[in-house]
Amino acid sequence: MTITQDPERRASSAPATTRQRRATRIAEAAGGGWGLVLLKIVLLGLILALAVFAALVLIRTDQWVVAAIVIAVALLAVWVYLGRGRLPAKYLMPGLVFLFVFQIFAALYTGYVAFTNYGTGHNADKDSAVNALMLSAQERVPDSPSYDLTIVDQLGELSFLVTDPDGDVLLGGEERPLDEVSGAEMDGGKAVGLAGYTTLTFGDIVAQQERIAEMSVPLSDDPNDGMLRTPDGSSAYVYTSKLVYDEAAGTMTDTSSGVVYSDIGTGAFTAEDGTELRPGWQINVGFDNFTRAFAEQSIRGPFLQVLVWTFAFAILSVLTTFALGLFLAIVFNDPRMKSKKYYRVLMILPYAFPGFLSALVWAGMMNQEFGFLNVVVFGGADIPWLTNEWLAKASIILVNLWLGFPYMFLICTGALQSIPEDVQEAARVDGASAWQVFRAIKLPLLLVAVAPLLISSFAFNFNNFSLIYMLTGGGPRDITAGVNVGATDILITMVYKVAFVGSTSDYGLASAFSIIIFILVATISVIAFRRTKALEDLN
Amino acid sequence: MKVTKRSILAFGAIAATSALALAGCASSTPSGDDASGDKAEFSGQITVWVDADRADVVKDAAKEFTDDTGVKVSLVQKEFGEIRDQFVQQAPTGKGPDVIVGAHDWLGVLVDNGVVAPVELGDRSGEFQQIALDAFSYDGQLYGVPYAIENIGLMRNTDLVAEAPADFADMVAKGKAAGTEYAFLVGLDPEQADPYHLYPFQTSFGAPVFGQNSDGSYNAEDLQIGNDGGKAFAAWLGEQGAAGILNTNITGDLAKENFLAGKSPFFLTGPWNAPAAVDAGLNIAIDPIPSAGGEDAQPFAGVQGFFLSAESKNKLAANEFLLNYVGSEKVQTALYEVGGRAPALTSAFEAAVESDPITAGFGEVGANAVPMPSIPEMGAVWQFWGVTETALINNKGGDPAALWEKMSADIQGAISK
Repeated sequence: MTITQDPERRASSAPATTRQRRATRIAEAAGGGWGLVLLKIVLLGLILALAVFAALVLIRTDQWVVAAIVIAVALLAVWVYLGRGRLPAKYLMPGLVFLFVFQIFAALYTGYVAFTNYGTGHNADKDSAVNALMLSAQERVPDSPSYDLTIVDQLGELSFLVTDPDGDVLLGGEERPLDEVSGAEMDGGKAVGLAGYTTLTFGDIVAQQERIAEMSVPLSDDPNDGMLRTPDGSSAYVYTSKLVYDEAAGTMTDTSSGVVYSDIGTGAFTAEDGTELRPGWQINVGFDNFTRAFAEQSIRGPFLQVLVWTFAFAILSVLTTFALGLFLAIVFNDPRMKSKKYYRVLMILPYAFPGFLSALVWAGMMNQEFGFLNVVVFGGADIPWLTNEWLAKASIILVNLWLGFPYMFLICTGALQSIPEDVQEAARVDGASAWQVFRAIKLPLLLVAVAPLLISSFAFNFNNFSLIYMLTGGGPRDITAGVNVGATDILITMVYKVAFVGSTSDYGLASAFSIIIFILVATISVIAFRRTKALEDLN
Repeated sequence: MKVTKRSILAFGAIAATSALALAGCASSTPSGDDASGDKAEFSGQITVWVDADRADVVKDAAKEFTDDTGVKVSLVQKEFGEIRDQFVQQAPTGKGPDVIVGAHDWLGVLVDNGVVAPVELGDRSGEFQQIALDAFSYDGQLYGVPYAIENIGLMRNTDLVAEAPADFADMVAKGKAAGTEYAFLVGLDPEQADPYHLYPFQTSFGAPVFGQNSDGSYNAEDLQIGNDGGKAFAAWLGEQGAAGILNTNITGDLAKENFLAGKSPFFLTGPWNAPAAVDAGLNIAIDPIPSAGGEDAQPFAGVQGFFLSAESKNKLAANEFLLNYVGSEKVQTALYEVGGRAPALTSAFEAAVESDPITAGFGEVGANAVPMPSIPEMGAVWQFWGVTETALINNKGGDPAALWEKMSADIQGAISK
């Protein structure tokens, strides 16, 4: 077994001495024995197996690009972990893969969707739209009889053998209008077979169902009489089509009104007066969604008010939770405090409950008439916690304080314990008061560690959709304003209301808004991170 | 990477492990018992999305279907609320299901996205309740097979009030005479009130949301909500709010809790709360919803059923399953037994009415119901409807008629945008 040498080792021009070789051997032995190698092989094998399995599934659904990426990443993993050296890659690989899958890919996809008209009514490609339109356009002729149907086959050519309500037996096929036949094999008034033709069983029908579902047999030479089609293979009905699709010209024509709908690049068949047939299909719309985001009346009106509240909410949430968390951390850091352990467990509890649930529970507790707060805490007061504009804002901050202080308490506890005692001792010897020690020594040192977390907390709260949605739903609303935006709506909840009105969804617009919000938050975070660099000079 | 013996060995080992793992992943082929000759030969497969509540019944129907036709049915269990959007996203890939369970008010979205195909009931269309067929129709086409109708009714605690009320005023009088804490309960929301539960009172003033075309479908061009009846309803909401009969602080949960505790003789609710009332030992009856404005109080009907995918490659088999299995009396009755909602198939409905007075009560109210509009324009209505009702009940925001008119104008503006 040869030993491949470290690149660095090879780079050094000096030949390896016996001692160095022995050192390498010892180092190798220290790096875990065969058990570890075996574990590595099993794990890598599993990863490869998973990748092959995923690739097979993807190839079956014609996702070639994704399949290639999966295989490439798996091979890269094998290459990284099998070789020696490449230590940084070994540590970074899992993180990078997850970063790509969960962050970068999602961001890129959002970016892509922002430039399309993807949403209700523009859900798939043109072929699907044509298919769906043609399906819906098939209308059964009112009061037309239903025909008993037997599907028969002659040398691979399928025909409909139908018995009309009068008992006449007819035969027809694709492009071959129905014609009366005689000598059919009858079973209880229904023709079930014909000499020279094979009758299909239900199993045969299911096996060829795509073809049979597409079949339409003209009733007579005049196409306006309608076509026989079958939904189930055992009965046939007379249909006429509301729409005619001309593939060459790419137009849909309404047979009753004669209106021609054509593809004019709007992602749907459009008539001259601008009416569109639904469904349409997905197209690229360039920067349309972004211009709409700024031109949308229901956004523009309340935009400034919502933006101000979003900042106020995010900043106040960070400040209040940090203040309370820090205060409690300092209190519990005091050596004179008894049974700290139990208190700390209690403190973590709000953090352990899912925020969704807590917000709903709080919404119940803040009910104006029957809520716990008014009935028990305030002795039957009638305080409109969630239905008055300013109180609702205060309630949101309050609930977020309850949800968020344990996190701040945790990180402050950690940061406080890492501040060396001797600095504080020295300050006290110099005669500084407790407050001075806190202001001039503890807080700056603490901020070095905590500032980045405060920024991330700000970014999180800036988009804290679930709290707002669950607690107030953005309300209370000013009903005279005529827009669907309430006093506690933050940017993200307002966007949600605009892009997903009622039951329609506009993913394109929503993605464009996401990008705009991302730019806002990213800018603020970058500036803030730059500022916190100044803190680090303290050390 | 230098290829060395060691790395070749390692790679070989990895490949072997992979092969083993893959062999484990590979699904074993189903070993059908071909000994019984009467079974049809296996051919094809359809995929059906159901939710947990209906999975068992559909599983039985699917088994029967497979035994009869040889077509396999693969059931995928989903959260009911997620089915619509996942179906809309997955259908275009061609890998979506052939059949989904769903609610009729999804239709607007499903048709606009071109993911559902029309279904032809043929001569069976007479066997279903008309309202269920109306609800499942869109632009004159029937999409799917309905299986259940649900609507709200007036639940009465017969120990507190012996007779059904004649109208709203009579109900309030009876409720007050019963001497309980509340004369009448309905679950509302402090922010959004509840247009769905208040709708029968609104229609009793002759103010439906949209006018209807001759075929029973809704006409989005004809917004009726702001008519004179609507304004009268707005004024009435203010009166009831001031009198404390309607209270936006009594949420659905609170209303249910109070009714179960015997604190009110009347509770406006749907069949979903009936089992809890029976379990709590209450003697209940379901009455027609009392009229507040003199005309018929028509609640919304929600109809549930099964849709057929437009992208399905197994339309014939799926149709057969929908029509002759899901649409059969046996399955409709079984679905009613697990869900408690009135069946859409008339024969199953009649059997259910015979056996259960509560279903009969809701069914009787439902005879008067109107399908909840499934047109996309309805989204614009919900936006403004509830908050306006809240303001009216709490007598905020000034003149009721003006508020109602403003709401109607806002809705019109949102629709024509």
